[in-house]
Amino acid sequence: MSTKGKVKGIIANLVIVGADGPVSQNEICYIHYRNIQLMAEVIKVVGNDAYVQVFESTRELKIGDDVSFTGRMLEVTLGPGILSKNYDGLQNDLNKMEGVFLKRGEYTNPLDEEKLWKFKPLAKPGDNVIAGDWLGQVDENDMPHKIMVPFSFGGTYHVKKISGEGKYKIADTVAILVDKEGKDIPVNMIQKWPVKIPITAFKEKPRPFKLLETGVRIIDTLDPIVEGGTGFIPGPFGCGKTVLQHAISKQAEADIVIVAACGERANEVVELFTEFPELEDVRTGKKLMERTTIIANTSNMPVAAREASVYTAMTLGEYYRSMGLRILMLADSTSRWAQALREMSNRLEELPGPDAFPMDLPAVISNFYSRAGYTILNNGETGSITFIGTVSPAGGNLKEPVTESTKKAARCFYALSQQRSDSKRYPAVDPIDSYSKYLEYPEFEEYIEKTISEKWIEQVNKTKTYLQRGKETYEQINILGDDGVPIDYHVTFWKSEVIDFVILQQDAFDKVDQSTPIERQEYMLESILELCESDFKFESFTEVDLYFKRIINQYKQMNYSEFKSEKFNNFENELNQIIQERIIVT
Amino acid sequence: METKAFQKIYTKLTQITKATFSLKATGIGYDELAFVNGKLAQVVKILGDTVTLQVFGGTEGIPTNAEVTFLGKAPTLKVSDDLAGRFFNAYGEPIDGGPPVEGEEREIGGPSVNPVRRKQPSELIATGIAGIDLNNTLVSGQKIPFFADPDQPYNQVMAMVALRARTDKIILGGMGLTNDDYLFYKNVFDNAGALDRIISFVNTTEDPPVERLLVPDMALTAAEYFAVDKNQSVLVLLTDMTLFADALSIVSNRMDQIPSKDSMPGSLYSDLAKIYEKAVQFPEGGSITIIAVTTLSGGDITHAIPDNTGYITEGQLFLRRDSDIGKVIVDPFRSLSRLKQLVIGIKTREDHPQVMNAAVRLFADAANAKTKLENGFDLTDYDERSLEFAKDYSNKLLAIDVNIDIDEMLDTGWSLFDKHFKKEEIGIKKDLVDKYWPKN
Ligand SMILES: Nc1ncnc2c1ncn2[C@@H]1O[C@H](COP(=O)(O)OP(=O)(O)O)[C@@H](O)[C@H]1O
Ligand SMILES: [Mg+2]
Repeated sequence: MSTKGKVKGIIANLVIVGADGPVSQNEICYIHYRNIQLMAEVIKVVGNDAYVQVFESTRELKIGDDVSFTGRMLEVTLGPGILSKNYDGLQNDLNKMEGVFLKRGEYTNPLDEEKLWKFKPLAKPGDNVIAGDWLGQVDENDMPHKIMVPFSFGGTYHVKKISGEGKYKIADTVAILVDKEGKDIPVNMIQKWPVKIPITAFKEKPRPFKLLETGVRIIDTLDPIVEGGTGFIPGPFGCGKTVLQHAISKQAEADIVIVAACGERANEVVELFTEFPELEDVRTGKKLMERTTIIANTSNMPVAAREASVYTAMTLGEYYRSMGLRILMLADSTSRWAQALREMSNRLEELPGPDAFPMDLPAVISNFYSRAGYTILNNGETGSITFIGTVSPAGGNLKEPVTESTKKAARCFYALSQQRSDSKRYPAVDPIDSYSKYLEYPEFEEYIEKTISEKWIEQVNKTKTYLQRGKETYEQINILGDDGVPIDYHVTFWKSEVIDFVILQQDAFDKVDQSTPIERQEYMLESILELCESDFKFESFTEVDLYFKRIINQYKQMNYSEFKSEKFNNFENELNQIIQERIIVT
Repeated sequence: METKAFQKIYTKLTQITKATFSLKATGIGYDELAFVNGKLAQVVKILGDTVTLQVFGGTEGIPTNAEVTFLGKAPTLKVSDDLAGRFFNAYGEPIDGGPPVEGEEREIGGPSVNPVRRKQPSELIATGIAGIDLNNTLVSGQKIPFFADPDQPYNQVMAMVALRARTDKIILGGMGLTNDDYLFYKNVFDNAGALDRIISFVNTTEDPPVERLLVPDMALTAAEYFAVDKNQSVLVLLTDMTLFADALSIVSNRMDQIPSKDSMPGSLYSDLAKIYEKAVQFPEGGSITIIAVTTLSGGDITHAIPDNTGYITEGQLFLRRDSDIGKVIVDPFRSLSRLKQLVIGIKTREDHPQVMNAAVRLFADAANAKTKLENGFDLTDYDERSLEFAKDYSNKLLAIDVNIDIDEMLDTGWSLFDKHFKKEEIGIKKDLVDKYWPKN
């Protein structure tokens, strides 16, 4: 007999339920309201009282309303058909909902019952298998979608029967496994998993080392992220967090992209809905939407479901990672998730930590980031979840709990600067403050030596030094005045400006400039470092800025042209002529 | 809203604070309305048989034996075409002497639009003001506030924008509006002959502050009626959202909630988002555009109210006085329209994005030159030129008294580049320079 209860108190979306039996933390229950049921999650238990956060508006609920507990935690439904879907934070398929407005208590199936999938067996009768092992595969948008031994299965199972090649619905049995007691267990293509618990059906999680190309120069060249790596983008509003994340989601070299729009603007998700079915993935020639799942729990959607949305997204990612795929997961913005925690914690009258956030916020954030990673599966294949979250610090001040906690958890830090954004230097990533810890990984260095070049990391570090020196020189010029410093100072500063304008700045809305493959990044960096290492002759400092502006202008024209096209080559020839005007040949 | 005869009357309040009171009652729904001594109140908390309500008109003069009757429903508005041309208070009651509006009764603060049912905004809203149209182009379905100090003429600018915007309906949600400003709006709309497409919900400084909490939802319920049921384009003006947020903090502080930054409730972000996210473009053609005002204190945009607003809205229009030209301008650095990408260079001339960016960059150079000057350094020839450019740019494009069409703004931009700079100094794509650089 499952536990029942009655509503005893209501404070916004926090409801206190008197329960008549056992309840567990994070258990899901439904509050009966008229002829609908409102989903809620237990977040605290005191005696017989369960404190539940309702994933919907609580308007018109009354004391005494009936509640039924499910005995299960918040789960996602896993199976083929997740790609290209638009879900809310609880994995309801938004496209299956009727009407323009969201209705309370309307829950829709995340998968398609009727669709037929082309199944191919991978295991054979007699095999011994454990949770996460591949039994077969179906084609999901041309991606091999593995049908696995459900993650909840403990111990070893024996494959008794496996279906032959053919078309099956998700609920059709595709394998029969036998457990230790000799009991037959039919397996279909659907399994469920609680979102707050990581899926760990892999052998090991080594340090990640493979460059994940994003096409964004300031990331790939300066502070690279890796397959299975973690990063975060803090920045005041309007500095370009979302544009940067969208750019990464379009261009990154991942098999699958999961975007969690968590408590931000609905129109930004609409942009994805509109563009992704049209835009092509340059590597596969297929539409971006085919490799993407969008979790949309925008700011006006229920707050509690906002918290759930990032976990839902991460669990979907872990499911696909177990298939040996490279997942890129993006969440915009993790601060909204933290705020959802804060709202609940306030209503629970918990002792608040800094800025009224819950005390355990740092632990919650680091647990979440630790679910990303590069994994070696039981069969030796590899998979990865690369996670990049945005953070929206209150007042743009990075000394606040969410930014500080995230900094401890994430390995790449892409700090957006108000000043760079004000002067429209996009993407406004601060090149001096930002970092990628992966640059220090010997295994990364080794990988880069093999895939790009032996001197790449050295060049990157040189570039950083030029930028740093440029910044210092600029401060000197500002203190001493244009003519109070040697002409060299101006040259040093302008060399760093060339790096800034040509490598760091990138127009996310220009067809060519928006994405730069790594070969092109290598070519450009090489060219610019050569320029930076050259000496130029000037009579007076007033000549310096005009000269370098011409150089920048020329480089920018190259950035806007197809790589090595006739136009590109012409601009490059003109550039070389300009350089010849003043270069000192030694 | 009359009480019904069979309703039970309660007369024993157990607790009274500045904005809320509690009593013992049963069978009450969350969010339900009640009258307490004739004042409207709403349920904000129920614990067992203790119900806590916030009183919109404030609790002044409410005795422990006040008569409380519950209405059995959340706040509603009667919607029909008869709303057009009418002025209401925060409760949706006429204040223009006319009869009550008949129509379908709808709960205010209703559900959100399913994001997959939205359409991507794509209709440009031209205002004639270059600080907006050129640098921060507005699009229907957008939500954007003016950030302005209280002494800036934001109400004037907003009225001007509203009238030039050519929408089917303009809905004014006034919160803590001074009586003078209220009359100003009334006059401007009247003089423009636009009264029949205007609907106003007004809470003035003379009304109790907590009543303001109802204004945005009232205005947006009316807006949804015209945008969804009638497929009309609706522009909603909300002024001043800072006073709305202040009212939120009054209520939450009285309920002993732990305040977060700047004494604002921890739910400020969600509370504001619920309002602003009502801005939408519907596939059937109707749209709701929200232009709001968030007054700042001493230009501080890091305060919790503008900060949370900026994280929610699709940009902001920052008004400030430019002392060099003695006029109010739309500040190109701090202002932003996040939806401009959807129309500039697409609905407008191809050179729009680049002209816009180049001009702002050059304006930034001028700002640097100014700092140099203030620090007592000599200026280079380039510095001098950028300062000259900045003055022209402010006067001819950024000032709010500019009223020209977008092609003219772009031409003006090119002529200023030509006047002050060389082609290589503006960093614009060569094809565009070849095509648009003034020839003479
Ligand atoms: N890489 C870029 N190229 C051009 N414009 C950009 C770029 N990044 C940001 N912007 C501009 O900044 C605006 C705000 O960016 P957005 O990503 O929405 O900010 P945030 O998410 O940090 O609030 C965009 O609407 C766009 O105008
Ligand atoms: Mg954003």
